[in-house]
Amino acid sequence: MIYASHIHAGPIETWSTILTVAATAVAGDVLTAGAMRRIGDLDRIRAKSGLGGAIRVVTSSPMFLLGVLSMAASFFSLLFTLSNVDLSLAAPASASLTFLGNAFAAKIFLKENVNRRRWMAALFVCAGVFLLSK
Amino acid sequence: MKHTLTPQRYLILLAVMLTASVGDTLLSHGMAQVGPVSLAHLGLLLAALRNLWVITGILCLLGFFASYLTALSWADLTFVLPSTAFGYVVVAFLAKYWQHETITVYRWVGILLIVCGVGFVANGPSLTLHEPQHPADGPAPVDQGATTGGTQ
Repeated sequence: MIYASHIHAGPIETWSTILTVAATAVAGDVLTAGAMRRIGDLDRIRAKSGLGGAIRVVTSSPMFLLGVLSMAASFFSLLFTLSNVDLSLAAPASASLTFLGNAFAAKIFLKENVNRRRWMAALFVCAGVFLLSK
Repeated sequence: MKHTLTPQRYLILLAVMLTASVGDTLLSHGMAQVGPVSLAHLGLLLAALRNLWVITGILCLLGFFASYLTALSWADLTFVLPSTAFGYVVVAFLAKYWQHETITVYRWVGILLIVCGVGFVANGPSLTLHEPQHPADGPAPVDQGATTGGTQ
């Protein structure tokens, strides 16, 4: 399998680091989305309590903070991955896997109605993102 | 009931899309001026914070996060992510016409696939509304997608 000319990692290390990036990104997205769902419509909160009130409500949610922590973990694992794997593989592969993982996780954890239309959207965007790196 | 978005909410989705793509492009442009950063020269990252392009890029990405959180407070994750994926297309066009990068045939096909993906969710319901736990709470409005569970 050809990845790139200056790769130091083997296929197992390559794909396990890419999967880590995607898994932490999915955790970040789902936790953040779950927190925002619990908090409710931010437009209404902002209208009632102002921008400061909205920021206070969001930043005092443990689920949101956990989501931000997962996003930070995803960012640093991407940096780690990029030190071993080529950007042209790591970036699109992790972004595509994140799109698919989000669809599964949103259905399971957020109980979203992921109908055929949304599955198709996730698959098309996933394939599109991958091709953008070519 | 079909859960549709108001024009103001479409503007928020547009802001998510544009701030992310423009922010990334501004950061890329700024970091190209700053030069390569290595572990041995981490101080360069501080120098990057004095670059106007980098500062504007960071401000754009802060705007992205604020509008992204706002969108997630009234729409499903599986609606927001594909709808805002059009930003990848914006980045490709910015790369071509501003940074003068070459867009290969693969990229054009990728752009076409993303546009199709966005089209799949664009006219669908934006939020899954769950029925209440207690029947005494009254009937819940259920969006079109949740009712049919299939394609529209």
